[in-house]
Amino acid sequence: MSTLSRDELAHLARLARLAVTDEELDLFAGQLSVVLDAVARVGEAPVDDVAPTTHAVPMTNVTRPDVVRPSLPRDVVLAGAPAAEDDRFRVPRILGEEA
Amino acid sequence: MTTTAGDRLVAYDELLTRYEPVIGLETHVELGTASKMFCGCATTFGAEPNTQTCPVCLGLPGSLPVANAAAIEATVRIGLALGCRIASWCRFARKNYFYPDIPKGFQTSQYDEPLCTAGHLDVEVDGETYRVEIERVHLEEDTGKNLHVGGATGRIHGADHSLVDYNRAGIPLVEIVTRPIPGTGAKAPEVARAYVTELRDILLALGVSEVRMEQGNLRSDVNTSLAPIGDLEWGTRTETKNVNSLRSVERAVRFEMRRQAAVLDAGRRVLQETRHFHEDTGTTSAGRSKEEATDYRYFPEPDLVPISPDPEWVEKLAAALPELPAARRARLRQEWGLSPTEMSWIANAGALGLVDETVAAGATPGDARKWWLGELARRANDAGVELAGLAISPRQVAELTRLVAEGTVNDQLARQALDGVLAGEGDPAQVVQARGLAVMGESDELVAAVEAAIAGAPDVVEKVRGGKVQALGALVGAVMKATRGKADAATVRRMLEQRVL
Ligand SMILES: [Zn+2]
Repeated sequence: MSTLSRDELAHLARLARLAVTDEELDLFAGQLSVVLDAVARVGEAPVDDVAPTTHAVPMTNVTRPDVVRPSLPRDVVLAGAPAAEDDRFRVPRILGEEA
Repeated sequence: MTTTAGDRLVAYDELLTRYEPVIGLETHVELGTASKMFCGCATTFGAEPNTQTCPVCLGLPGSLPVANAAAIEATVRIGLALGCRIASWCRFARKNYFYPDIPKGFQTSQYDEPLCTAGHLDVEVDGETYRVEIERVHLEEDTGKNLHVGGATGRIHGADHSLVDYNRAGIPLVEIVTRPIPGTGAKAPEVARAYVTELRDILLALGVSEVRMEQGNLRSDVNTSLAPIGDLEWGTRTETKNVNSLRSVERAVRFEMRRQAAVLDAGRRVLQETRHFHEDTGTTSAGRSKEEATDYRYFPEPDLVPISPDPEWVEKLAAALPELPAARRARLRQEWGLSPTEMSWIANAGALGLVDETVAAGATPGDARKWWLGELARRANDAGVELAGLAISPRQVAELTRLVAEGTVNDQLARQALDGVLAGEGDPAQVVQARGLAVMGESDELVAAVEAAIAGAPDVVEKVRGGKVQALGALVGAVMKATRGKADAATVRRMLEQRVL
């Protein structure tokens, strides 16, 4: 019922920064359509008299007081980064494909 | 691609004969909370890079955000101050995109359920009031800061790579969005500026942010469109991003109006795009085109439960709001007995608080106004600083006016005393003492100076006695010169009259 087109999938892949080949587009479009169909079956449940559930936990207003707590030591933070320089995360050129 | 240098511009007055602008503003305000929006990391400005981060604000797997109560309260208070409706129930949403300054791969924001909606803010320009409708006020988090390496002067274009500091990532950020503002005509740039100014003053009065524009606490995206006069449809708008000074807000609107008029004059169409403002040249240049608008795939944030402000709590916050700038201006205008125009001079000079504090410290409203808008405004202008940036406090200004009122110093000596205060020599009375600035009474020294002046100019004395009383001024001048301005001119004149006439 809810089929996902190749174009839609290519768009999603681009948004998610995933490189997908032409063959994979065909493969995943089919597979994801099946997943969407399966999920769409939820919509068939008779829920006319059920209040919408907005969250898995029936709670509101969970907050914390505005109090400072210790942060992580910087060397620990940067140790997890693929690259660091001058106490900062080093990332590849941002403007690449366009321009 | 549009280049900064190549834009053709139409003269401002000329474009107004053919086109009408519509403006709109999206303003981001960093709240002044001690800790971040969803974690306990500190928000101290200027801290060493990446020393204020944790698993939550770095988006590490398994970490869970919890909303900062003070940030929610501050946002509700901003909404109330802007006359907004406060949602009885709302959620956070994930705004998904990839950019290195956003470590999680999404920004936690609000989408279709903002905390505050449908408010307004009245701003005044040249005696006319413009109502700015507020569409929404919502709560989100700030991003990290990129440092671009290898390009020209830190620009992203041509950079080899970038370095990211996540200290700012996750600081609570409030976004205040206006509805489109039509009908401002020639005043559009000033209305935009007046709006941001008024908003800044409200935020200051609420105490929710330090609103240091130079530190990026408050930055505005300025939307501008132009359409032929009488057209029913508005033109295509551009969005000038991250304009971070009041003056720049005004300049950005003015520049975009002039640039868009030239585009329309040439029969081309204005592209819907984001543009960057350049402080040095006062121009804008094209950024990302909206035609390939990012698809943010918003969805409700599953890790945060909904916010449901208790109506009684909201009512309490509303009742406890401080006096807001507009009400304060009206009250002070009444108390000081000023006309609206006189009051707007004070407000436009950014001197309202200073004058108020000076009056509170004992000066008359007239004296306080005279000093701040006169001599002190000149000094600030010469030094290229704001009035508040001068090295003199309202209390010291009040003391100066008292010294003048008591006759201890005259206006000229008071200006010298002011020099001393600004040079860090202490309070006005101390400077007057240390520099020997007090006016002379009828001391022996002054009597001697008066008599010397009379003896030294028999021709002038002759004229005065012959009926040309105004010639006495030359003698007054001579005495003032001899006493290096320390005498009181009125006293000198009286003493001369007693002796000559
Ligand atoms: Zn953190």
